[in-house]
Amino acid sequence: MTWRSPLALMRDALRGQRAREKDLRNLVSNLPYEGLEKAKQPNRYFPSNAIKTTKYTLLLFIPMNLFEQFHRLANIYFVGLAILNFIPVVNAFQPEVALIPICVILSLTALKDAWEDFRRYQSDRKLNNTPCLIYSRKEKQFVERRWKDVRVGDFVKVVCNEIVPADLLLLDTSDLKGVCLIETANLDGETNLKQRTVVSGLSNPEFEPESFNSVVVCERPNNNLNHFKCYVEKPDKERAGAGIESLLLRGCTVRNTDHAVGFVVYAGHETKSMLNNNESRYKRSKLERKLNIDVIFCVILLFAMCLVGALGHFLWLQALPGVPPYLVADSSGHLDGPSLSGFYMFFTMIILLQILIPISLYVSIELVKIGQIFFITNDIDLFDEETDSRMQCKSLNITEDLGQIEYIFSDKTGTLTENKMVFRRCSVMGTEYPHKENAIRLAVLDEPESEEEVIFNQRPQSLQTGWSLDAEDTAPRDTTQRRGSRRRSKVAGIAQSDVAFSSPLETEVIPDKKLLQQISRAESSSGSRKTDPYLDFFLALAICNTVVVSMATAQRRRVSVSPRSYHTTNLLERLSSLVKNVGSSCLSSCKRKPKRNRTFSENSVVEEDHFRPSVKMETTKDTYGLQTCSLHAASQSNKPAATSGDLRYEAESPDEAALVYAAKAYGFILLARTPDSVTVRLPSGEDLVFEVLDTLTFDSNRKRMSVLVRHPITKEYVLFTKGADYAIMELLGTPYAEHFSGSKKNIAADTQHHLDCYAKEGLRTLCVTKKVVSAKVYESWLVDRQRALAAIDNREELIMDTAVQMETNLTLLGATGIEDRLQENVPDTIMALREAGIQVWVLTGDKPETAVNIGYACRLLEEEDLVINMSCNNKLTCTSILDCTLEEVRRYSADPRNVDTTPDISLVIDGRTLAMALSPDLQERFVDLAKRCRSVLCCRVTPLQKSRVVKVVRERLKVMTLAIGDGANDVNMIQAADIGIGISGQEGMQAVMASDFAISRFRHLKKLLLVHGHWCYTRLANMIIYFFYKNVAYVNLLFWYQFFCGFSGTAMIDYWLMIFFNLFFTSAPPIMFGIMDKDVSAEVLLGVPELYRTGQGAGEYKCSTFWVSILDAFYQSLVCFFIPYLAYQDSDIDLFTFGTPLNTISLFTILLHLSIEIKAWTVVHWVIMLGSVALYFIVTLAYSAICVTCNPPSNPYWILQSQMADPMFYLICLISTVVALLPRYTFHVMRNSIAPSPLVQARHLDQLDPSEREQWIKEWRSFRGGGQVKRSRLSTPPSPSLETHADIFPESPTASDIIGDDFTLNVISENYQGPVHT
Amino acid sequence: MMASSYNAKDEDGHITVSGPGGSTLRSKKPENTAFKQQRLPAWQPILTAGTVLPAFFIIGLIFIPIGIGLYVTSNNIKEFEIDYTGVDMSSPCFNCSQNFSWNSTRPCTCTIPFYLEQPYESNVFMYYGLSNFYQNHRRYVKSRDDSQLNGDMDSLMRPSKECEPYAFHENKPIAPCGAIANSMFNDTLELFYNDPNGTKIPIPLTTTGIAWWTDKHVKFRNPGGNNPNLTAVFQGTTKPVNWRRPVYELDADPENDGFINEDFIVWMRTAALPTFRKLYRIIQKKNNIVPTLPRGNYTLEVVYNYPVRSFEGRKRMILSTISWMGGKNPFLGIAYITVGSVCFFLGVVLLIIHHKYGNRNNSADISN
Repeated sequence: MTWRSPLALMRDALRGQRAREKDLRNLVSNLPYEGLEKAKQPNRYFPSNAIKTTKYTLLLFIPMNLFEQFHRLANIYFVGLAILNFIPVVNAFQPEVALIPICVILSLTALKDAWEDFRRYQSDRKLNNTPCLIYSRKEKQFVERRWKDVRVGDFVKVVCNEIVPADLLLLDTSDLKGVCLIETANLDGETNLKQRTVVSGLSNPEFEPESFNSVVVCERPNNNLNHFKCYVEKPDKERAGAGIESLLLRGCTVRNTDHAVGFVVYAGHETKSMLNNNESRYKRSKLERKLNIDVIFCVILLFAMCLVGALGHFLWLQALPGVPPYLVADSSGHLDGPSLSGFYMFFTMIILLQILIPISLYVSIELVKIGQIFFITNDIDLFDEETDSRMQCKSLNITEDLGQIEYIFSDKTGTLTENKMVFRRCSVMGTEYPHKENAIRLAVLDEPESEEEVIFNQRPQSLQTGWSLDAEDTAPRDTTQRRGSRRRSKVAGIAQSDVAFSSPLETEVIPDKKLLQQISRAESSSGSRKTDPYLDFFLALAICNTVVVSMATAQRRRVSVSPRSYHTTNLLERLSSLVKNVGSSCLSSCKRKPKRNRTFSENSVVEEDHFRPSVKMETTKDTYGLQTCSLHAASQSNKPAATSGDLRYEAESPDEAALVYAAKAYGFILLARTPDSVTVRLPSGEDLVFEVLDTLTFDSNRKRMSVLVRHPITKEYVLFTKGADYAIMELLGTPYAEHFSGSKKNIAADTQHHLDCYAKEGLRTLCVTKKVVSAKVYESWLVDRQRALAAIDNREELIMDTAVQMETNLTLLGATGIEDRLQENVPDTIMALREAGIQVWVLTGDKPETAVNIGYACRLLEEEDLVINMSCNNKLTCTSILDCTLEEVRRYSADPRNVDTTPDISLVIDGRTLAMALSPDLQERFVDLAKRCRSVLCCRVTPLQKSRVVKVVRERLKVMTLAIGDGANDVNMIQAADIGIGISGQEGMQAVMASDFAISRFRHLKKLLLVHGHWCYTRLANMIIYFFYKNVAYVNLLFWYQFFCGFSGTAMIDYWLMIFFNLFFTSAPPIMFGIMDKDVSAEVLLGVPELYRTGQGAGEYKCSTFWVSILDAFYQSLVCFFIPYLAYQDSDIDLFTFGTPLNTISLFTILLHLSIEIKAWTVVHWVIMLGSVALYFIVTLAYSAICVTCNPPSNPYWILQSQMADPMFYLICLISTVVALLPRYTFHVMRNSIAPSPLVQARHLDQLDPSEREQWIKEWRSFRGGGQVKRSRLSTPPSPSLETHADIFPESPTASDIIGDDFTLNVISENYQGPVHT
Repeated sequence: MMASSYNAKDEDGHITVSGPGGSTLRSKKPENTAFKQQRLPAWQPILTAGTVLPAFFIIGLIFIPIGIGLYVTSNNIKEFEIDYTGVDMSSPCFNCSQNFSWNSTRPCTCTIPFYLEQPYESNVFMYYGLSNFYQNHRRYVKSRDDSQLNGDMDSLMRPSKECEPYAFHENKPIAPCGAIANSMFNDTLELFYNDPNGTKIPIPLTTTGIAWWTDKHVKFRNPGGNNPNLTAVFQGTTKPVNWRRPVYELDADPENDGFINEDFIVWMRTAALPTFRKLYRIIQKKNNIVPTLPRGNYTLEVVYNYPVRSFEGRKRMILSTISWMGGKNPFLGIAYITVGSVCFFLGVVLLIIHHKYGNRNNSADISN
């Protein structure tokens, strides 16, 4: 490189800065500049693809790490003390010795940082050196380079199963249609294949990197994974727009596509995946916030004690009549005056009493939390077999908050429900088809144990009617096949979590008999035109979606093994772990991608092969009528692989998959989907290829999606739209006039009626419509559409506008009801949570009817509840309703007769009303009302409203909140709450990524909160209190001694032993206590959820608890000091000989104090406790034996030995320890005997043998009538003996009972449901 | 209720899921071990009246006899104390106490008569006691050089900085350096038995055996190894400012001279509390027939050197016999008796509580 003037360099740097900051970037190909020096490269300003996630460099490690560490206040405190110690007038210890604690802490932290950084460095290096293919002009082909060589403007070729090295604009693929399938599991955990298409409008059929002479204009890099704006400007100034659908993101894996070539737009740290790779958030737990206040109290205490010392020294000096021989002047022989000495003494005291500020507490808390997280993640009950995933802790420092939750905000879909959408019933042209057989099948699937037998028993009914004549032959075979396929898919479900929405539950639909007949009739009558509404309905189901069809052959390829692909999987793992922030903690690394297991897949493929012959046999009888039925019945019996090839539907949303599978059950099989066409096989066996003209994708504003196709037979432009009923109904145009001449039936009204029924049943509803567009309209629309697509500003809005333009005058075909089944144990979990004193709110985007229904199904609402339904259109009514209801509720609870029988009030509110209720002037009233409600159901809320609700409740009521959700729409809420929990479910990983904890099932929440939350909280709270106590008790020994040494700051304990005391002798037991103590067993905590209430609010860590333990510490230190003092008074005891028994007594007192607090003694406890005592004696004895003059000027030599030879030593130790602990011990005994806390009672329960205990819990539960918890008994969860007066309530109703009721919703007043208890 | 609960759950250990092909699938399933699942067998004591009752009674039963034993032992120790500071005009040492100086060349002697009412049978330990002397002052405690005292030649000539301002005097290193050594107690106490027939019989006082064995033989050593010529060894050093004699002239016996002089060693072991006593001499028991100190009149002759007026201190001479528990101190005995009684009393209270409330916690009732 030639020399350039610094000025030019600077100018260049500035220009680079500007280029990077610009909103739009112009990128050109690097190829024309290949081989030129760097200064001539057009893309030199943009970072290369080499990444560096390390914080430090080898040379600068020490200064940088120190700088980093000194950001922590605690370290500053230590250094300040150390510096203070170097000032001769104030030093309390030898200056060098004072450096020990800070050095130990700094070096330990530095070691940890260095190790983490080294791991980051290693993974960086591996990533940077991963091979990839870059086009080289010199060699006229793609040559193998490393990832770090990739630069913006390069052309990179990615082959199948390879990971994309940088953000690439897709220009060419091996696919003729220009499609490239990718898997984004590394970025967001979504395992379904996503389709990316090459930039349209580049027209050149044969792509040649060298001839690429366009300019790529793209936006500034941002971290939005779902958004990208860019256009390609060709030399003739023609622009071709491109969005995220043409961008291959770094970290994705290319699947099912031989190769793809892309233009690098962002590289290295500017890629979207790297921009998303931000540091884990630091949340401070409630306990820690309180702890910090107490630390401030400690500081005040310290200052007070130092002040006493300083004042005492001053007075003591002043009282001296002369200059006694024990006052030592400084080296020049000068003695300071009393006031100056007193002033200095203040600082000496700070040094002396420094451990009063429990700095080591912070380190200990971190260790304890690591231990707690270890246990949480290793809990086998929180492990999900199906997805092979453990519980994940993403935030390392809020475990104890889990034990203090008061409000839970839950999403509905995917959180309470499985988000496994199952087609239940549909309504076509105003006729309802209830699909009874299908319902039976679903009911059967609920019993997993005996499923095969039950299926066998249940099936014949459905077989006999619609089955072919040889039913007797087919039935047994069918059953065995079912068994096989079920077993296979079950196994596959466990092993391969990479194919979403493919459980038999979702894929198998038993067609409704009547509807089948209707179809066959329609098919024969409509002839070749194929435009019967029934056919259209199913065509719409099959076409109007974004489901990607993949073949089992592709599946096989996907798992094919070659050393290369093995390498990439490994790499993939590494990358994913990098994306998830490697270094944060090794313990959190339990989050790893589920391993793909090839044995299984291959096995399943083998089984599929095995099934194929039987299928072929039946496909030969492929004709119309009854035999069609037989075909369908058979086809669904060994689905999905057996019938129409090895089809696999990969959908982004489970609804779509469910609908496609439903269509398939009726013979409308989606065979293939490319950006330009959809192939559907009709029941007649005919394959229709629809040309897809456009897809108007789903968005939450429109709440619908459409596909515009060209019918291959009629050549009409047909728009199929499906969407939420309220979004569709208002867009309806003329009814389907063709079929039912005149308006014999009001289809829209009938369908609406069916929709309402579906909603009451808790089904998710979708309307399906069709619209025939004339060629003229289409063409004029197309112009707008293309303009919108090419736009770079407001592109989204413009696209949406065009979509709205098109979606008008729709013709209603029918509606579908999809069941989203409740997850396992959801009602049980919700009940337990409510018994635990947690208010559960459900926030859902669903209709109120659906939501209420689910509410009853999951026992969020109960029959006898008072359900207040709020739904109003303007703010005035909203205000008055709020006021009235509040007044009513207040009066009701104020009535003395109702104290014990207050029915639980539930509130159902819809999004619009909620928006009004959350406005600043109504907020307070709303929160006040909500506070009195046992459960709140918010329907039709937007993601933003969800987070708003959480924030308002959290801030107004000052309560601990937890938000749980699984989808991207819950991210806001998860981040707003104190604790965010993500469910790693079907809707991708966005919620998990944003969450603090990730679980796989809702029911895990029960154990997570009731057991782990309780444990973590009590453990940590007790440990912290103990830590404060420990420090105060020990430091006060020194303080009391000041009264007998003229407040001169003398320590009667050797400084080394003092350091060791805190560092080794008494550090392990509290940490172990914080990690392992178990006050009540998991079984009892789960059986008696009321115990959770002990942690809510202030819980165990109350202000009073803190001060009581500080007072106890004062008392104990007084005893530990004054008993030896009085025993050794006026004797020839020397300084350290006096200090040794004090130190020993202190050790015993502190450890025995802890053993009063320890609730369960395991082997570990014994080892650590006895080990600490042994360590104390061994170390002190060794130190006193070895150190003759090693630690001038203090002389510990042979002191402990001489003390241990003296019986007085033991006598003093014994009595001091007993006297010190007597009050606490007695207090505990008295309290446990006279007024035992619920926890103590639970511990009594624990000691019963398991069967007896279960018996008791069962009886006790039945007393309360199925989870009826009275507010009035909040403070004292029922104890075994108190539980005699509980009311017996009737069993709560099942979901079906409710539907029968005349349930008037949307009434603008409160609506009292069920009997009101008086 | 102090029961061990062992959770007997099956422990599968490592979980492996076998695929149909016979190969094993590595699952992320956590290990089902007692430790990881927090199911380690544990002893879960619950502190209730019923469970701890015996503990209180046992403590009471053990403590009271110990206390009585201690009290009796302490009472059997004979102790005699005499304050010779000379604050009072009437005191024989009043004059001496008035003309204070560390360096007065003329020794001031005073004689104090006293009467022992009881004979002292066994070995009698003679202490000097100082009160209000803060030997535990932080800077005073530090003002010494242990290496020097341990016989290190380097430290002898270059005392540690800690000794300042008592490290050098007139550019010569002070041996022993530091404030502790400088302020060494330098009164001479002698005891005479006034025979009823009028003669003053000096009581033999042993000067050795008063320091810790480890101090005398390990910690404190004269420089120059076993060179008996201490004068030569300490050549080039100077005596502490307040001393009258250099360190190598503390005693005629070379085994008790220099740094290993036991009076010096005893003084160097700094007292923990401002009122303290230090062992001065031992009066050895002669035989079993004659008591070590018979009943009668005695005279204490004090060469009064040590000034205490600057800190309102008091000087005492203490004669004491000792037992296994050291000197006379009734505190521990009383404390044991008190604590024992309190525990016993608490035991009774708990017994009542147990009778009143105990049934509630009886696990047998829970299922009712």
